[in-house]
Amino acid sequence: MPALLFVEQVLNGLQFGVMLFLMAAGLTLVFGIMRLINLAHGSFYMVGAYLCALAAGASGSFLLGLLAGLAGAALVGAAVEFLVIRRLYDRDHLDQVLATFGLILFFNELVKILFGPRPLLLDPPALLSGAVELLPGLPYPAYRLAIIGVGIAVALGLYLLIRHSRLGMIIRAGATHREIVAALGVNIRLVYTLVFGLGALLAGLAGAMIGPLLSVQIGMGEEILILTFVVIVIGGIGSIKGALVGALLVGVTDTLARVLLPLAFGAFLEPSAAAGVAASLASMMIYIVMALVLVWRPHGLFPAEGA
Amino acid sequence: MTTKLLAGAALAAATICGAVQAAEPVKIGMITTLSGGGSSLGVDVRDGFMLAVEQEGGTLGGQAVEVLIEDDARKPEKAKSIATRFQKSDRVDIMTGIIWSNLAMAVVPQVTRAGVFYVSPNAGPSALAGKGCHENYFNVAWQNDNLHEAMGEYMKAEGFKKPFILAPNYPAGKDSLTGFKRFYQGAPLAEVYTKLGQKDYAAEIAQIRASGADSVFFFLPGGMGIAFLKQYGQSGVGLPVFGPAFSFDQGILQAVGDAALGVINTSQWNKDLDNAANKQFVAAFQTKYGRLPSLYASQGYDAARLIASALEAVGGEVSKADDFREALKAADFESVRGDFAFGANHHPIQDIYVRKVVREAPVLTNQTLGVALKDHRDAYAADCKL
Repeated sequence: MPALLFVEQVLNGLQFGVMLFLMAAGLTLVFGIMRLINLAHGSFYMVGAYLCALAAGASGSFLLGLLAGLAGAALVGAAVEFLVIRRLYDRDHLDQVLATFGLILFFNELVKILFGPRPLLLDPPALLSGAVELLPGLPYPAYRLAIIGVGIAVALGLYLLIRHSRLGMIIRAGATHREIVAALGVNIRLVYTLVFGLGALLAGLAGAMIGPLLSVQIGMGEEILILTFVVIVIGGIGSIKGALVGALLVGVTDTLARVLLPLAFGAFLEPSAAAGVAASLASMMIYIVMALVLVWRPHGLFPAEGA
Repeated sequence: MTTKLLAGAALAAATICGAVQAAEPVKIGMITTLSGGGSSLGVDVRDGFMLAVEQEGGTLGGQAVEVLIEDDARKPEKAKSIATRFQKSDRVDIMTGIIWSNLAMAVVPQVTRAGVFYVSPNAGPSALAGKGCHENYFNVAWQNDNLHEAMGEYMKAEGFKKPFILAPNYPAGKDSLTGFKRFYQGAPLAEVYTKLGQKDYAAEIAQIRASGADSVFFFLPGGMGIAFLKQYGQSGVGLPVFGPAFSFDQGILQAVGDAALGVINTSQWNKDLDNAANKQFVAAFQTKYGRLPSLYASQGYDAARLIASALEAVGGEVSKADDFREALKAADFESVRGDFAFGANHHPIQDIYVRKVVREAPVLTNQTLGVALKDHRDAYAADCKL
């Protein structure tokens, strides 16, 4: 394969990984701190994408749409925490799975009732709609570069927030010693709502950012949710660093498997058979990687402290 | 005298039977995708079907019908359990509605063997058209390969030498590329299968750019096609793209936006086809639902009209299975696509048209350019022992 094409495919893998990171960061925070399995995380992704598409469609500005998607997802997240999730912290994981699965169905139906079953249009901002010549002979969609940039910025921001801010300190302490933190006079319930809202905000950001690439439609959250769980299992549940490494690993593995396996099989099978076998194997690759990582490190690459 | 009396009694009995039949509506079970991804397809099939029922005031072919509608959420196991319930506890006479080929494969063989009639408004897997055909299975839309075959023919005629072809890795995806190659005849430059439900096509688009292809043919139904076209538009690759109607249909064109403008696609139906049944259907659909009908809506409508024609022929007595089957096979209804007949394997013989995506402000829609394949039949009929 030509070197330039390989570079482009690695970039594609990074971009996909960055999207997964935005989803995985929120999910892993919520699990790490509150011990809560939240299947409805994908619904916030959908909410972010829908609000962004609607606001961008109404105002003509993608930026306004993005803000609406972020604010809306965070608010919906905080409201869901206040109304539903609070009742689940002390119950076992099966109850949490059942309740948050119910939330998925609720949000899917609500979106259908409010906005209809048809996918919505969301275009990238005009500034980022074309391709940029990264190297001579390597044009790359500007919008995908922007996604990579946003993802890196969010990763840095989260690092600063968790490691170097007062809120981050409370969050970290709450994850390992929640009774003591509460005894010290910190309103731990408020911290939980904030963290849950932050997770929803990141999911909403992912949804709004991905809208111009994919289709904004009902059920979009479930497609990415499964991959997100793979990411946090690989990375180590509760660890932001693990989420970042796991997401990039999954993104690059998935992309390169789709590209390289057909070439490998094409060497000794006829094209049509090679395409079929390679496609089947490529869609298994990330699960194979997950299994290998778990054999090597049963708690994931970077298990969170105290987990 | 005795003969007369007997005849009179028979007549009376027949009348009573008829009355009983009329009181007991014909039960139709519809299994389709109404929630989650791909629900707009099922909603369109349902709306098209129910429009036909409503136009007849709750009857089809003059016979009262009860339509049971259930959502399969695009899951084969769910479709199968609904089908079992329809068959064993609701005891429906006819089933219809399935959108996806993998779901059809899970349901159709089971129910048709049990004596239920199945009229497919969409999925037409090759396995059910050839060796696996069944006397109780009718497909009123197409065999899966058909629209792709028409595009293979069109691209060959237009002189494209190096097409890059792309479809998801599932039964209808395989049927698609097989159908395309059957009529394109030459070898495509490259052939790629993607994961079903995949939404990010950056890797495939980079391959297209690097491959030296002169055109792209793709079959990616539902949200997959929306995602592909948007990403393809942003990539600046710029090669002409072609595909079957599924990714250029009324239901999703608005979500694709300008990236679809001018794309040539193949379909057995379009809203501008010039026949009375179609004009009436398009107008009535718009009045009732406030949107333009899609390909899927037209198929749902035709499924209902086909069932109506057969119910009328047998006076609602689906239990006379042989008569009902013959009546279905006769396809004595005005299809919104124009000429329509069933081949020996109960799949359509029909024209496949070439269409182009145009803007009719404020919406994007399709305009018919011409006929790609005239009176087209599927390639599997010879394997069917009906």
